[in-house]
Amino acid sequence: MSTPQPAAPAPKISYASDQQVRWCPGCGDYSILKQVESVLQHHGRPKEEIVFISGIGCSSRFPYYLDTYGMHGIHGRAPAIASGLRSVQPDLSVWLITGDGDSLSIGGNHLIHLLRRNVDINVLLFNNEIYGLTKGQYSPTSPEGAVTRSTPMGSTDHPFNPLALCKGADGTFLARSMDRDPKHLREVLLRAEAHRGTSLVEIYQNCNVFNDGAFEIFTEKAGKALHTVFVEHGKPLLFANGTKGIKLDGFTPVIIDLTEGKHGVDEVWVHDERDSFKASILVRLFDDPHREGALPRPFGVFYVNDRHTHETKMNAQVALAKEKRGNGNLDALLRGENVWTIN
Amino acid sequence: MDTTTTLPPKKVEARDKVVILFAGDSGDGIQLTGAQFTESNALFGNDVSTFPNYPAEIRAPQGTLAGVSGFQLHFGSVDVFTPGDTCDVLVVMNAASLKANLGKLKNGGIIIANSDGFDAKNLRLAGYPDEENPLTDGSLDNYVLNSVDITKLTRNALEGTALGMKEKDRSKNMFVLGFIHWMYSRKLDRSRAFLANKFKNKPELLEANLRVLQAGYNFGDTSETFTTRFEVKPAPMPQGNYRNITGNQGIAIGLIAAAQKSGLELFYGSYPITPASDILHELSRNKHFGVKTFQAEDEIAAVCAAIGASYGGALGTTASSGPGIALKGEALGLACMLEIPLVVVNVQRGGPSTGMPTKTEQADLWQALNGRNGEAPIPVIAASSPTDCFEMAFEAVKLAVEHMTPVILLSDGYIANGAEPWRYPEAKDLRPVHPPFATERDTGDAAPFLPYDRDERGVRPWAIPGMKGLQHRIGGIEKEDKTGNISYDPKNHELMVRLRAEKVQRIADTYRPIRLDSGPSEGELLIVGWGSTYGAIRTAALELQQEGYSVAHVHLRHMFPMNKGLRGLLKNYKKVLVPEMNSGQLRQLLRAEYLVDAQGLNKIQGMPFTAAEIRKGVLDLLNP
Repeated sequence: MSTPQPAAPAPKISYASDQQVRWCPGCGDYSILKQVESVLQHHGRPKEEIVFISGIGCSSRFPYYLDTYGMHGIHGRAPAIASGLRSVQPDLSVWLITGDGDSLSIGGNHLIHLLRRNVDINVLLFNNEIYGLTKGQYSPTSPEGAVTRSTPMGSTDHPFNPLALCKGADGTFLARSMDRDPKHLREVLLRAEAHRGTSLVEIYQNCNVFNDGAFEIFTEKAGKALHTVFVEHGKPLLFANGTKGIKLDGFTPVIIDLTEGKHGVDEVWVHDERDSFKASILVRLFDDPHREGALPRPFGVFYVNDRHTHETKMNAQVALAKEKRGNGNLDALLRGENVWTIN
Repeated sequence: MDTTTTLPPKKVEARDKVVILFAGDSGDGIQLTGAQFTESNALFGNDVSTFPNYPAEIRAPQGTLAGVSGFQLHFGSVDVFTPGDTCDVLVVMNAASLKANLGKLKNGGIIIANSDGFDAKNLRLAGYPDEENPLTDGSLDNYVLNSVDITKLTRNALEGTALGMKEKDRSKNMFVLGFIHWMYSRKLDRSRAFLANKFKNKPELLEANLRVLQAGYNFGDTSETFTTRFEVKPAPMPQGNYRNITGNQGIAIGLIAAAQKSGLELFYGSYPITPASDILHELSRNKHFGVKTFQAEDEIAAVCAAIGASYGGALGTTASSGPGIALKGEALGLACMLEIPLVVVNVQRGGPSTGMPTKTEQADLWQALNGRNGEAPIPVIAASSPTDCFEMAFEAVKLAVEHMTPVILLSDGYIANGAEPWRYPEAKDLRPVHPPFATERDTGDAAPFLPYDRDERGVRPWAIPGMKGLQHRIGGIEKEDKTGNISYDPKNHELMVRLRAEKVQRIADTYRPIRLDSGPSEGELLIVGWGSTYGAIRTAALELQQEGYSVAHVHLRHMFPMNKGLRGLLKNYKKVLVPEMNSGQLRQLLRAEYLVDAQGLNKIQGMPFTAAEIRKGVLDLLNP
């Protein structure tokens, strides 16, 4: 819009569909749905310009609850479906809803290739560290020793660190938030929507039926201050109500106490979301919070990079081919290069 | 060789058709030699049919049987439908290629052997017993043997150039190409032009190749060994403009042509696999048609990206071979549920599992028809020749788009790599393709948009993200009739299964009436073929008909749903024979569907049928 007058605030669009939301009462998904709607309302794009693609799992029912275009795909394949859609529809707002099983187990391959290609999509990874829809088996993010229906003696698998995996795949927007902090979630989602490229937002989401309280040490008041650090670009990594900070000792993050007078704020690691090397360290802050002296778990936007998107290059090649050779002439294609005539 | 004396004039003998088999190590440039000589003959006006036969390994150990690469060319002044059962001329670059292919040479046939490829080492690698050299021990007395030191003559031709020995030896296929042009009285113009283009940025290599090409031609003229040239006059083909085309090219061009006719952007998701990869290569060279090629991380992503593209309003297509199609199975079920256009090409190869990637087979028919969970009917069509690959790719798109359904197109390694002349159509004569787009609506419309409301053919409207007022959700979960909302209602599920099946069945209403390929409309025996067996069956059927046998040939292109006229046709013959490169997949379908006592003629050797094999199968069934 080029009009100089400030437009009168448009009435808020309701993006809710007519379908009844059917997640379990108390599920963290409700909060995420609400914040996504809020972000859509903030941008106010017409409903027909928004698409939600999902895989399989509890979270993947998400598209049915919004009156936008939506596809509930097959298990793990939403990134591939969304990549094809994005390749031919560069102007829509495309969101991908997935879970820890969908994106990191059965669809792990597609997720890493989505990230390296940098397709312009917002990926909301609902991580609840459990398989909910199949009723309670351990997931690729369940901690070692997790006792679930398929691991009665405890999981023997080492879990993925999702953001470290995504950093390894050269993701261009990496962030973490939580269902229990709607304000933070909304801010992160707004940033994700603004980013051109694959925006990967890991959302800690409580499954109150099969894995209740998995993240409560980070999300509830009792543990939040001590076990989380909320990162912001240009600001020092402070936590525990500003009494502690994280310092980079070489490549090693260490906790320093700012109340004893031995360390000052000037020593604290200042977050630079454009610094790829530091982001690689930040995603590695993944200590078991119950361990003595554990580093706090970071939340916020870890890393942003403006690498070209998959579809811009793809479209540029098509445009270049047309510029060099002219729009394809079907008769010339049918004819080929070596023709003979029989009279 | 004394070239100073006056040469006796060379005889020229006429032939109506000739089969030449070029064979050598996989690094000898055999495929290029064969393809170039094919082009020269096609441009001259011969009918041609080719069969490239690759080794499984990219560069198998030199000199071994495993490394033999072959290119069989059949060209004639008469119609040719196959690359030929046996060959008239066998060109071999080494001992292994002789050993692997001698069985295909006619008695009295001509052998042109590179004697340098028959040294002790090559003979040992080919598995000839010690001290035995077929070129000198008289074992080839039943043939016309011409032993020529092609390596040495090539080096001689390049004397004084700056090229290293290895580079010099690499052009010996050009010597063969030049010589064979002389032998069949063809001009070198076409090959020269090809080389000029291929080496346009490497003048020294161009010069070398041209010199060797000419040397090979001159050798025919000057060598006293060769006293006879042959001539194959142009074939009496229908008037028109022709080009040469392989099956994979036909598919690529067919997809582009149909996309252009439909006004849709062509999106091709693909994971490289033999023998389908050339479709990807061909399409990726044609981006000026707006073609978008997506080399996916795996077969599943390839088909899912194509589904995503179709969802986005483009023409989503993908291709693979059997193992890849197996991986795509779940996504095909999704496309069937979504009811969106999708073209899936299966260039079949020997199976099961990895099987024989470079060899041909027709054993994925059941996979195409049934390889999905639940009842997921998907139309299946099959191409019968390289040129038919174009027709059927176009047909696949037309069916997929107009009926909002995935379509599987079956080709196979034989026709994918084989070439034949194509009387190509003009763009204006191609059929139109009409996408059933939904109409945009005002957001104020009271009644909700119904994504699964169907027209009289059972086809739902295509509403594309971005279209106003048509927002809807679709997915792989069973959906309620008309609204597309999730539904577990028992009666609704049965209804939806039936509606999806009926929609596909109605596609048969669009077919032209069934037509025999040749033979009487009733009689003793009907050969029912499908796919790449076409040429061999046609050749055998025409022969038998000429000899007075009551034999007809019908070739199926729509495998599912089948042509409604087939039921009646099958009743007009006492016997039905179904030749297939599998254990009898179509035969079982015909027996089950039409209660006909169809008999099988089955070959599962990774090699196409010969016309003689079909002929024998027919005669065995006629005269038990």
